[in-house]
Amino acid sequence: MYLSVLGAQTYCYTGGRAFDPAKPTAVFIHGVLNDHSVWILQSRYLAHHGWNVLAVDLPGHCRSAGEAPATVEDAARFVVALLDAAGIRQAALIGHSWGSLIALEAAAQLQERASHLVLVGTAYPMKVSQALLDSSLNEPMKALQMINVFSRSTLAAPPSVLGPGTWVYGGGMALGRRVLASNPQVNVFHRGFNACNSYALGEQAMEGIVCPVLFVLGAQDQMTQARAARPLIDKARSSGKQVHLVHLAVGHHQMSESPEQTLFAIRDFLAERSPA
Amino acid sequence: MPGYADPGFDTLALHAGAAPDPATGARAVPIHLTTSFVFESSEHAASLFNLERAGHVYSRISNPTNAVLEQRVAALEGGIGAIATASGQAALHLAIATLMGAGSHIVASTALYGGSQNLLHYTLRRFGIETTFVKPGDIDGWRAAIRPQTKLLFGETVGNPGLDVVDIPTVSAIAHEAGVPLLVDSTLTSPWLMKPLEYGADIVYHSATKFLSGHGTVIGGIVVDGGSFDWEGPRAAGRFGELTAPYEGFHNMVFTEESTVGAFLLRARREGLRDFGACMSPHTAWLILQGIETLPLRMARHMENTRKVVEFLVAHPLVSRVGHPMLPGHPSHALAQKLLPRGAGSVFSFDIRGSRKQGQAFVETLKVFSHLANVGDCRSLVIHPASTTHFRMTDEALAAAGISQGTIRLSIGLEDADDLIDDLKRALKAAEKAGA
Repeated sequence: MYLSVLGAQTYCYTGGRAFDPAKPTAVFIHGVLNDHSVWILQSRYLAHHGWNVLAVDLPGHCRSAGEAPATVEDAARFVVALLDAAGIRQAALIGHSWGSLIALEAAAQLQERASHLVLVGTAYPMKVSQALLDSSLNEPMKALQMINVFSRSTLAAPPSVLGPGTWVYGGGMALGRRVLASNPQVNVFHRGFNACNSYALGEQAMEGIVCPVLFVLGAQDQMTQARAARPLIDKARSSGKQVHLVHLAVGHHQMSESPEQTLFAIRDFLAERSPA
Repeated sequence: MPGYADPGFDTLALHAGAAPDPATGARAVPIHLTTSFVFESSEHAASLFNLERAGHVYSRISNPTNAVLEQRVAALEGGIGAIATASGQAALHLAIATLMGAGSHIVASTALYGGSQNLLHYTLRRFGIETTFVKPGDIDGWRAAIRPQTKLLFGETVGNPGLDVVDIPTVSAIAHEAGVPLLVDSTLTSPWLMKPLEYGADIVYHSATKFLSGHGTVIGGIVVDGGSFDWEGPRAAGRFGELTAPYEGFHNMVFTEESTVGAFLLRARREGLRDFGACMSPHTAWLILQGIETLPLRMARHMENTRKVVEFLVAHPLVSRVGHPMLPGHPSHALAQKLLPRGAGSVFSFDIRGSRKQGQAFVETLKVFSHLANVGDCRSLVIHPASTTHFRMTDEALAAAGISQGTIRLSIGLEDADDLIDDLKRALKAAEKAGA
């Protein structure tokens, strides 16, 4: 469905079910050069199991208009505005990679309006090498190939986003090309990486959230190595948050290389405490 | 950055889609000869049917052995996924039936395999799908043939029988300008010689019976989606409601919402395999996988032998024409050098100076070459079109199809090149005698 958020037409995939304000809501936030479709299995499942789902295309990405966010903080403000536009009082926030930082910052801004926080393939600080930043700007196709190589952990993924016969690497490449082409004004690849690289409020945001947090980390993730999530995990624990930790034997394509385990981790975490 | 995370073609040909079996440790791909797969619960069953979870339900729709083949060919072609089918013709039909219905229109190359010609020219017309045929090299013709109802441009990497090379970069640009995808039959070249998706094609299919299998044992097909075509793009302009509008036949799903790049494959599997049912047997998938494991080695040898046989035939006095793009006189020579630097395949035709009787004598004298109606086998094959596949055609009709009484089609296999040349030498001598 489409919502007007901060004056811009915004697309949200609802998992094949109509939006129902009476149900609890889960907001899925994608990473750099992705869109809502990376969450297809997890979001469609939740939509048919008691949840409203809003798997969003971030502004300036694919079906959503608006200015592509230049910072994590800007993107988080968009998420807050999205909830307001949809008339949602409280929502679970689920983000992958860059989207995990957006979800974290949004949860801090939303306070009790965030019922759960799920960080898939996260790291803090989420530093991007200068070489990759430069490539994303000057040689985006080369950089796209690099990040898909770094993201891959298997040549034999189980049935995935397109069902059996999905070649996850090819899917990542094709989606990256499509997202990049969807915004002729801005290189959303470079802008997204810059946003990851420059975000400096992660520990502060983690300290400020009031909901439980789940980390879903890929043991073979080379983009956001599992150990790079440690500062956020430590901060969450030291500030008394309810912390859940799931390690999957995959890389950075958690949702497509391990769709079932990623779903189960999210599903079980959301089931532990229903939103108010 | 070569290695496991960024493997080359030969590594993908062996490993893509396959890992040691977690249940048994089996290293080779197991053959899952089962019709169906047990649900963990009613809830699991419902989730699988509703595409909330990915998995196998019934082997007409998907099967673990077939899925390995699908991933492997998608990897080799540079696609996002694939669907294995009962034959190459089933793959072509699946691609067309997924994208269109009655009232739709296709623009296709004239240089197509006869079975594809029949499907487009006769059978699909009965179902309300029209095709305009264009000579593969007639670039203006491709553009001019596109109508508002056109939903597909279609050609073969190298066309039948003259090995005309389709200028995929140019034809795909024409297609995309009009908001239409380009489908390419890559059977005769295999991804080792050319990856059409890299040149701008959107969907590729194979008769896997030929080079992918490579051993003349099974019939199969496979269709690969490059994930490149934007079904909702401004130029497509509502042309592909099959993918962009709710489909009552499957949970009112809008396939382009479910997958930004994989809508075609979603509908092809969920409707096409479900309803038309032209699925591949897992045993067939396994045999094709066995073939693909040696595809790079075989293709290199196919091309090496082809080069030697072509050179022999060109120099033989009884041979009036050799139709292979490796030769400078072939109309597609320059394009083949550009798009097919490893070679333009090992299936080609040549003409003997002489009568139909001489052609028959040639074929009947061959010992190493097998006289049959197939190509892409590891064994060398031969057929005399004027006395077999095109038997009922007049001389004029044969000429229009680029076939003479003395035309012979060869599919060069993996034998010792010297033995192939010796076989051809003896057969040419016999043909000469038959004309005396």
